Amino acid sequence: MKKAIFAGIILFCCYILQTTLFALFNIGGIRPNLLIIVTASLGFLGGQKTGIYTGFFSGLLIDICLRTVYGANALLYMYVGYSCGCLKKVLYPKDIKLPLLFIAGSDLAYNILFYFLNFLFRGRFEFLYYFRHIILPEVVYTSIMACILYPFIHFIMMRIEVSEKKGEQTID
Amino acid sequence: MSPVLKRKREKFHLPNKYLLFLLTLFCVGMMILSFTTNFLAAPLNYISSYLIVPFEKGLTSVGTYALEKTKQLQELSYVLKENEQLKEQINELTIENTLLQQEKYELTKLRELYELDAEYENYNKIGAHIISRDSSNWYSSFVIDKGSDDGIKVNCNVIAGSGLVGRVVEVGPNHAKVISIISDGINTSGMILASGDNLIVTGNLTTMAEGKIEYSQLIDSKNKVTVGDKIVTSNISDQYLPGILIGYISSIATDSNNLTKSGYVTPVVDFEHLNEVLVIKELKQLP
Repeated sequence: MKKAIFAGIILFCCYILQTTLFALFNIGGIRPNLLIIVTASLGFLGGQKTGIYTGFFSGLLIDICLRTVYGANALLYMYVGYSCGCLKKVLYPKDIKLPLLFIAGSDLAYNILFYFLNFLFRGRFEFLYYFRHIILPEVVYTSIMACILYPFIHFIMMRIEVSEKKGEQTID
Repeated sequence: MSPVLKRKREKFHLPNKYLLFLLTLFCVGMMILSFTTNFLAAPLNYISSYLIVPFEKGLTSVGTYALEKTKQLQELSYVLKENEQLKEQINELTIENTLLQQEKYELTKLRELYELDAEYENYNKIGAHIISRDSSNWYSSFVIDKGSDDGIKVNCNVIAGSGLVGRVVEVGPNHAKVISIISDGINTSGMILASGDNLIVTGNLTTMAEGKIEYSQLIDSKNKVTVGDKIVTSNISDQYLPGILIGYISSIATDSNNLTKSGYVTPVVDFEHLNEVLVIKELKQLP
């Protein structure tokens, strides 16, 4: 329950930040994808179900607030969350290197899928151009932001887990 | 998981794969619904209007303020440096120059205003602030802080400075989503102001990095159109009011069919530094 509330709050904050402050203070027209960081991190730390729900709601937020066709982003983010949730057992969450790599990978996968679904089918074939000018800078910027955001999410999630365990013990 | 463990659990438990499948179906259903019909838009826009827009409004105003302050600080330090170097030499000249520049700035502003007013005088406009921009780097759409309560409707034209920005695609009570003409794949029907030839202006992410967008299907059999000609919204467009300036032709090339021409347009609006826009409340009259 606490986890769901925390996930909701951080999703909301990151969405608002991304569309306002980060859009204003962009670097060379590129802004980081904070929602993918949140989705992937909560996937690693919370498992498949958390990943699915976080991804679904972050995608839905984008769809409702910015797009006219609802559901496309929800679908993409949900699968990113689910795949990150599958990695929960493999990862040692305290070490930041591997999660960082997977967050960058998630952003890369999301953007490539987005390109395929939205651009390739309209006959925009210059994949290398888009890769160099949009996808790669975004992945780098997102990874840098993940260095700050992931430890924070990890810290809070650990605190929640500890407090939940304590709660269980007192009830027993 | 062993069956023994499963029997212990009393609560109904939905396996993750089924959850994923159900939500996928839900998303696909919603995509089809929102693509074919329009009834989802109104309630969902109400939600975002009251849940998210207030936060975005506040944060954007803070952000714009901070951006202006940093710019001011940067300019201040620059001016101070310059001042130290030139103080002794051109004290008088600087004063004179700044005065002249101020006057010149005022003059150009007034000229622009006069021109804009003369061109779009007849339309009933409302000013709006941009409060949130698209979350991805792929699109250039944004949200403004005026909505149906202020008389904005879907397909209202949005202008800034001296030219066309885009059009409203969805409205909530106190916000509206605007898609700009430079968004990849967005087509705008335009015409050459001097000759009246029609053409299609298409947003393109690749060329927008160089500050221009594509146009195509220009039939110019008399070869009258030249680089620098004004492109305005056409009379035959079903979304845009006629005569709003889009940009200037920056290159012309004949297509391989030898009938039509295509090339690039430089938009007049500075999309990079857009903060305030004007929304024309009137819609294009359609038969």
